[in-house]
Amino acid sequence: MEGLIEQERYTCAIGALQTVVAIPRAVPILHSGPGCGTMIKGFFERSSGYAGGDTSPCTNFSEREVVFGGTDRLRSIIKNTYKVLDTDLQVVVTGCTAGIVGDDVASVTDEFYDEGKPIVHVETSGFKSNNYVSHSAVVNAIIEQYVSRFESENPPRSEKNLVNVFASVPYQDQFWKGNLREFKRLLEGLGFQVNILFGPHSGGVKEWQTIPKANFNVLISPWYGEPIVKNLKRRYGQPYFKFSYLPIGGNETTRFLESLLDYARKHHSELDWKKARAFITEEENAYYEELDNLATFLLEFRYGLPNHVHILHDAGYVAGLTKFLLHETGIVPKEQFVVDNTPKNIRSRWKRISNQPQINAIFPCISIRMQVHCRIFCAESGTAARDSSSAADGIRSLQKKRTAIFSPSPARRLTASCSQRIMSDTPAVCA
Amino acid sequence: MSKVNLDIPEVEIREIRLGSITGFQGTAEELVGACGGCGGKLKDKNRSFSQCLGCGTSNAACTLTLIQDAAIISHGPVGCSTCLHEFAFTYRVNAHLRQIEHPTQRKIFSTNLEEKDTIYGGGKKLEAAIREVYKRANPKAIFVITTCAAGIIGDDVETITNAAEGELGIPVVAVFCEGFRSKIWTSGFDAGYHGIARKIIQPPREKRNIINVINFWGSDVFREWFAEFGYEPNYITPFSTVDTLSHSSEAALTIQACSTLGSYLGAALEQVYGVPEIRNSPPYGIAQTDRWFRELGKILGKEQEVEAFLARKKEEYLPKIEALRERLKGKTAYVTAGASHGQSLLALLAELGMKPQGAAIFHHDPIYDNESPDADTLAHTVSDYGDVPNYNVCNKQEFELVNVLNRIHPDILLARHGGMTLWGAKLGIPSLLIGDEHFGMGYEGLVAYGERIADAIENDEFVKNLRKHAVNPYTKWWMEQDPYTFLGRNF
Repeated sequence: MEGLIEQERYTCAIGALQTVVAIPRAVPILHSGPGCGTMIKGFFERSSGYAGGDTSPCTNFSEREVVFGGTDRLRSIIKNTYKVLDTDLQVVVTGCTAGIVGDDVASVTDEFYDEGKPIVHVETSGFKSNNYVSHSAVVNAIIEQYVSRFESENPPRSEKNLVNVFASVPYQDQFWKGNLREFKRLLEGLGFQVNILFGPHSGGVKEWQTIPKANFNVLISPWYGEPIVKNLKRRYGQPYFKFSYLPIGGNETTRFLESLLDYARKHHSELDWKKARAFITEEENAYYEELDNLATFLLEFRYGLPNHVHILHDAGYVAGLTKFLLHETGIVPKEQFVVDNTPKNIRSRWKRISNQPQINAIFPCISIRMQVHCRIFCAESGTAARDSSSAADGIRSLQKKRTAIFSPSPARRLTASCSQRIMSDTPAVCA
Repeated sequence: MSKVNLDIPEVEIREIRLGSITGFQGTAEELVGACGGCGGKLKDKNRSFSQCLGCGTSNAACTLTLIQDAAIISHGPVGCSTCLHEFAFTYRVNAHLRQIEHPTQRKIFSTNLEEKDTIYGGGKKLEAAIREVYKRANPKAIFVITTCAAGIIGDDVETITNAAEGELGIPVVAVFCEGFRSKIWTSGFDAGYHGIARKIIQPPREKRNIINVINFWGSDVFREWFAEFGYEPNYITPFSTVDTLSHSSEAALTIQACSTLGSYLGAALEQVYGVPEIRNSPPYGIAQTDRWFRELGKILGKEQEVEAFLARKKEEYLPKIEALRERLKGKTAYVTAGASHGQSLLALLAELGMKPQGAAIFHHDPIYDNESPDADTLAHTVSDYGDVPNYNVCNKQEFELVNVLNRIHPDILLARHGGMTLWGAKLGIPSLLIGDEHFGMGYEGLVAYGERIADAIENDEFVKNLRKHAVNPYTKWWMEQDPYTFLGRNF
């Protein structure tokens, strides 16, 4: 995250207030400057949830709080939040202002904690990290400061078939609701009980309270979210199953489900194994029945299906979509662009997504769409147009070359109508 | 003393410069009265509960991002520019309204300040960013907008931009709009315009037949109107270029789509370059439309042409307006909007025979930068159409709005900012947001706006259905309290 960013694909640390918004009946309380909430709301179009967006309480730092500190203001806002809003969990997130002036937020939230209020605080000063990273900080804060209060009723690993799922970063993955719903459906199909934790199919804070009971955790992510399952391993001794990318299409979904079953068997889950296998077979058959119909179109469409695809996305999507498009639609991926600021130690493992020699993952050191597009443009045309060509030129050039571009940007959020299903529908190719 | 000083890098925030406030509860007439004798010292009130506000940095960006050939650098963490893509969207979809066939990608950058920068300073990063943006985007001007983090750590943005200007040979403009500086996000407009006035607008070289229009990105109604009198609009700033902006000093006069928006730049153009500014607030409602056009005619020396123009408009539109009055008679309305535009909408509603039941207006300027009492939009509305009850100044505090709407339950909610219509709809109230701020202007605007209002009231199936399924996070206790329980006192 070193240098200049143009057309950002993620936002700053306080963007993880959306992680709170994604929990039914939870409210983020912003101890931040005015505008932080508006910026985040604007980045994630139409994402107010139960009490996010314009509903979220905020201390709206002014000159006075910058000079004298904002803890008194915070105390007043929290106190009145209980009067005005009917919520099950309150998470105080901090902005740059509170971070730089050094407000002792914990001392304020502790007062309410001592009264038994379901309140949590977490530092999310914008300059600290980005929202991929701080998503884990928010979830871990809720585990440490809220879930921990219910441990006596929820003994660690006491439910053999219960799993906690950590997959999409809510709202950052604009298909998070569909993805989580499908993971829940698939895992329940195998016979698991599932704590999905976010979105309309979650049981809200009651579900969060049972996190310790899970036999193990399921992480579907290349890197973001991993600090959560590591924390749970330390805290409750729960091991975790990791699948490094979004399983899209028949091959990868079957691979995901089968390896999950093997893992569950090794960790003494008590599933009906035969029934679970039969579920996978049925799902796979249903998928190939659909692909069979689609194949004619993929093979024969005379009016311009793309030959090649470039994907600009986070690491989990890039790998998942690349594998799907190559193996199950015949569209050949060229350079893939990973724009989630993947930690450097992970990047080395990701240089090659496929054993096909031409598919490389490229990690722009910074999240720049224009730079990225121009690099594609250069690679395609062999001209040194990087500095002079605009992103639009790059895109137009690729479109002429029958190259599909999959690239979710904030602007695209306004028009994207992609499939939200992981397995049974053709996934998200929007461009 | 003049409110305009282009010799200093920062323009004062509205609270200090104009005595603007964000908390008031009463009637429109009471507020006008309070301002009349206040000498710009209206008493503000704080809230002991508050929700997320907007901030100056996005409003500064609002005045800068849509300049066709300029680039914007947000000097701050990446989050401080993450809603600016909305301006890129606006630029793309509204370009056709201003005869731009191939809208280009907006050039929006962030210096991406990180933790180490808050310790060692972000100045070096900004210097590098300006050079890189110049190389990559080839802009005619670069604007650097500041953020809370950059402001508190104290980066010397003015010195850095001045040095870069010398090096690159294009205007590199520091725009000071840290969010924490002001509770009134429109202070960000002033910051953007201050930057334009001090570094982009050049002294006049010749007089031109252009009229400055300080506005957002609405439809091009002024082109047709001004053509009647032999003039062309010079739109400031969306869809302008650095070059057209530089000639703003050569215009015959300046008008504003909303006095809240253009207060500072209108006054700067008049006081620094002698471009007269129309004092009258924008032409919404018949009385105000007539006054506004007559002032225009007077400044241009085209009084007779204006009278002929108005007579023609009256003949064409008065019968239609009369029919709409019949259709809307006795309907009640509530308005939530920025200051002057909201006051104009109240005039428009009253002109159409409707009964405004109140308004939640985001702030109040007791006076504008031209310091003319003739420019008071709210005073015009009150004197033309009478008092408005429940006139409240409320900087987009949703909890107050929900409470009020639940009590008043008007036939329609008119909103001007995103996020506000949801609550009308959840309560089953037809809710209308017209994005084009020129839509209701003039005689034709009254008819167009009135028809949209009537349509919205008469087709309420969607909001009635939504109401049945709406989730309400507000407590029963809160819905039963006085809406201003938290205003001006610790509760």
